[in-house]
Amino acid sequence: MYSPQIILEAALNGLMTGAVYALIALGLTLIYGVLHIINFAHGALLTCAMFAVWLAWAWLGMDPYLVIVPLVPLMFALGYGLQRFVVGPASHGDDGNILLVTLGLSIVLENVLLALFQSDTRTLDTDYSFQVVALGPLLLSYPRVIGLGVAIVVTGLLWLVLNRTDTGKAIRAVAKEKLGANLVGIDVPHIYAVTFGLGCACLAVAAGLLMPTFYVNPRIGGAFVLVAFTVVVLGGMGSIPGALLGGLFIGVVESLCGLFLGDSLGQIGIFLIFIAVLLVRPTGLFGAKA
Amino acid sequence: MTARDLIPIAVLAVLAALLPLVVTSSTVLNFLVFTLIVSLGAQGWNILGGFGGQFSFGHAAFFGTGAYVTAILQLRYGVNAWAGLALATAAGALVGWVIGFLSFRSGLRGSYFALVTLAFAEVFRILANAASFTGGAAGLLIKLDVRPANLQFDDRAVFYWLVLAFVTATLLLTRWIQRSRFGAQLVAVRENEDAAKALGVDSLKVKLRAIALSGAVTALSGCLYAQYFLYIDANIAYGSWISVELLLAPIIGGVGTVFGPVVGALTLHGLGEVAKQFAGRIPGIDLIVFGGVLVLAVAFARGGILGLLERLRDRGRGMVTRGTKEVSHAGR
Repeated sequence: MYSPQIILEAALNGLMTGAVYALIALGLTLIYGVLHIINFAHGALLTCAMFAVWLAWAWLGMDPYLVIVPLVPLMFALGYGLQRFVVGPASHGDDGNILLVTLGLSIVLENVLLALFQSDTRTLDTDYSFQVVALGPLLLSYPRVIGLGVAIVVTGLLWLVLNRTDTGKAIRAVAKEKLGANLVGIDVPHIYAVTFGLGCACLAVAAGLLMPTFYVNPRIGGAFVLVAFTVVVLGGMGSIPGALLGGLFIGVVESLCGLFLGDSLGQIGIFLIFIAVLLVRPTGLFGAKA
Repeated sequence: MTARDLIPIAVLAVLAALLPLVVTSSTVLNFLVFTLIVSLGAQGWNILGGFGGQFSFGHAAFFGTGAYVTAILQLRYGVNAWAGLALATAAGALVGWVIGFLSFRSGLRGSYFALVTLAFAEVFRILANAASFTGGAAGLLIKLDVRPANLQFDDRAVFYWLVLAFVTATLLLTRWIQRSRFGAQLVAVRENEDAAKALGVDSLKVKLRAIALSGAVTALSGCLYAQYFLYIDANIAYGSWISVELLLAPIIGGVGTVFGPVVGALTLHGLGEVAKQFAGRIPGIDLIVFGGVLVLAVAFARGGILGLLERLRDRGRGMVTRGTKEVSHAGR
């Protein structure tokens, strides 16, 4: 049927797409782990970040990888503000409300982008968009190799922030026991907002890595966020290594399903895994027992 | 059910039925039919989400099943549209029961249930988009053949009355649920599933019954949608837009109330039309309004519009003490 080389190449390319999935899922799982909420606005926020990268390229001629540097603090600020001033106050601390508020936010963001940019699909091109790296007999897409590298570095950095800084310690304390954290003087709403901001900052990196090879339109986030949910559930809600490994795994599954089933059915593998994991082991492969 | 339960529904139904005698504009009738179809599906969502507290983010799974079953039966097998309507409704109940069986038996609640329903709807969408049986990406076109047996009528008003009859019937159904033992058990499961179980409520059975009913009602709305607009494709029938519509209406109108979905659907689409009038050129303006209203409703009016009205009424009577408010809430 297919030569092993094609399958191996598809798997490796999937691995590298998976790295970007992992980054998106990292933001989602971090927010889930601390705030115990599912952020439905994650996809729309990713779309915002992707448009920001595109705008910086189109207007200022900036390299998409370079845009990541200013975009990370910007997205952090946006996430911080959203949680502090919109999601937090509007949801009165109820899980069902948070779902609905983030859903409302995502509808608003998506359609504001639609109003601003119409439904056109936009791409940007760089010198390296179609470059390949030769690894023995295998040809790998250069932007995807970069993507994999950066995703691993960002995961490492995030792990360091959480484990080696005072803020990280506070975040972990809030995730474990909100009331206790509050009692020892941790400003819980501030930590919530910081976590939300960190989750959005991950999206800034993901957007920068995606744009050289991908396209953007106002609805694009929805496709990614469903995949990211799958990754998060698979890796265990709140687990950072789970998000990385889950993302890589899902990338490979999608790539192989696409190879064997064709593009239109390629994504179905992801959702079937998603449903199966939810039904059989909702705590995920790396999650703690609920 | 007492006369007090039935009279408001009857009065509203009669008033709404008289509308086509006054309004002849086909734009207005189209708007009303579409809004009523949405409110019917939303009532389906409300049975499970409002009374049962199980928030589904994928009611498109039922809406689309209703639409596709009726269209395929009619196009491929020449089944009479009325029989198709009954079968589509039954198919919705079955899909609801299966999804419910799989997810409730695994103990999925809250966000997890929302996610799994979303995933089921997506799977259906991808399958319907890929299979040739469902017309693939080109969708299905129901032939225009104006005969009552095909659910196609010379006069738009007849279809309006038909949809109105179904909406009225589900309002009665919802009222019955609210007053029945089953409804009480359902609300008990919503408020505290463990406590309900401890009191001997078979929570799995109650939730399964609710999701099957919910799926049937929403499938019926999908079937009516297909028969009115005569065209469906995977992104319409199983698209996330309809999942969102069906959950927005009850939440805006008043979640877990009999009239909430109808009030919500009318308010949302009324506002959407107004927004389009003011800024017609801007795509998605009505959805921006929907999203904004959702955030505001959650932030400031948890009981939706009906909840707000009730609070205003209570304030008018000068009984805003915390206790009475709680009681009136529970008794609703």
